[in-house]
Amino acid sequence: MYTDKVMDHFSNPRNVGEIDKASGIGEVGNAKCGDIMRIYLDVEDNKIKDIKFKTFGCGAAIATSSMVTEMVKGKTIDEALEVTNKAVAEALGGLPPAKMHCSNLAADALHKAIEDYKSK
Amino acid sequence: MRRVYMDHSATTPVRSEVAQLVTGYFTETFGNASSVHAYGRDARKGVENAREQIASLIKAKPEEIFFTSGGTEADNMAIIGTVMANRDKGKHIITTQIEHHAVLDTCHYLEKQGFEVTYLPVSDDANIDLNQLKNAIREDTILITIMHVNNEVGTILPIKEVGQIAKEKNIILHVDAVQSFGKIPIDVNEMNIDLLSASGHKIYAPKGIGCLYLRKGIKLSPLFFGGSQERKRRPGTENVPGIVGFGLAAELAGKEMEAESIRLTMLRDKLIDGILEKIPESQLNGSRTKRLPGHVNVSLRYIEGESLLLMLDMKGIAASSGSACTSGSLDPSHVLMAMGICHEIAHGSLRLTLGKINTEGDIDYVLEVLPEIVEKLRSMSPLFNSMQIENREECSKCTLTK
Repeated sequence: MYTDKVMDHFSNPRNVGEIDKASGIGEVGNAKCGDIMRIYLDVEDNKIKDIKFKTFGCGAAIATSSMVTEMVKGKTIDEALEVTNKAVAEALGGLPPAKMHCSNLAADALHKAIEDYKSK
Repeated sequence: MRRVYMDHSATTPVRSEVAQLVTGYFTETFGNASSVHAYGRDARKGVENAREQIASLIKAKPEEIFFTSGGTEADNMAIIGTVMANRDKGKHIITTQIEHHAVLDTCHYLEKQGFEVTYLPVSDDANIDLNQLKNAIREDTILITIMHVNNEVGTILPIKEVGQIAKEKNIILHVDAVQSFGKIPIDVNEMNIDLLSASGHKIYAPKGIGCLYLRKGIKLSPLFFGGSQERKRRPGTENVPGIVGFGLAAELAGKEMEAESIRLTMLRDKLIDGILEKIPESQLNGSRTKRLPGHVNVSLRYIEGESLLLMLDMKGIAASSGSACTSGSLDPSHVLMAMGICHEIAHGSLRLTLGKINTEGDIDYVLEVLPEIVEKLRSMSPLFNSMQIENREECSKCTLTK
């Protein structure tokens, strides 16, 4: 049901972890729904120097989290803001329809982390 | 890679004796059991023999067994058929919150048709309170439908006591025995069961065959029309290969029940003890003692069931979960919710159901692989050992609001 790319990011997730003294942290989802994604940013000169994630959730939740970190690492804040949930799903070669609404929230978590960074 | 199938409550492989017999009924003894000629008579002989084999496993009479396409059809037929035949006597049905959807969805349908249903709550180990059952009985209660063994958590419900109450109050009792049939003893007379549903593919017979036991004298309106098969209770050409396979599987299950149940209980307990010992913050779901042999359901905090199943699958282990992703909705299993287990812990549930093909080596393999997987997923989880834990609502605050 998942593409090879999803399974790759699920079984070898990129950028798992936390950043101590992060420039911004964003979290979406809740444990009740079975998905929590948290993104940590290290921003320098308006660029995402480092990004890490921690996710509680299904295969799609973990794979989209991993993918979004890979997509924006090294990018500027403005470039990162252009990444959508849809783009993340497309980069993974698509997600099963049932997963599009519940587990495809990684870009939202990223945007929240950027908001958090900007508000500081 | 080692492959370990631990999802026997979902389905079982067809055992070789059964597969061999069934094949013969596809190719050689293929007649329509209603035909007059020798082909038909041979098929009929197979069907009637299977009816005896199944009846004898639950101490029923052969003429009280009606073949169906499976457990779901038997549940539908039992519940709808009984209330339709008894609607002049009342409109109230009693069931539990933890039934299989074959029963729950049928009850929901009947509510739309004007029947009233009481869904009994359960304790934290998925058992019912007999006093609550007694109190729920009304003047117009026409049916009690309660499962024998819960498919998700393996708890064995007190059907004999339920049967006693139903008999005293003169109410029809239907039991969904899909998970218990052929695994633990059932005596429809001793337990005062009026109707009982069973399925073939849970006991090493093919998929697409099941049966309904209907006590002689209990009225039942048919759901299907179109022929005199199964004494007009279930018209349609008999699934002869499935029926003979189900019959043989039932007979063999009966013969092997005692030894297999001792073996599976030992393996089950080793698996439960191993998981609880090796994995911190794990818990057993369902009753520890009143539990189906071979049935394990645990919750592993901070991780989500589908990820767990995918990682186990990569290691060759086949299991199931009650997480939302695997229940096909946004909510985790209705059974775990009814037991008062909070969402977060329900999402991290893992069901491992053992069967004939499992060995002690399989248990050792799972106990070696599972803790590593749990550790890997927990290391990714923001709920586990996080540096920045906010005041997240803890499980103790979870309520049963849905």
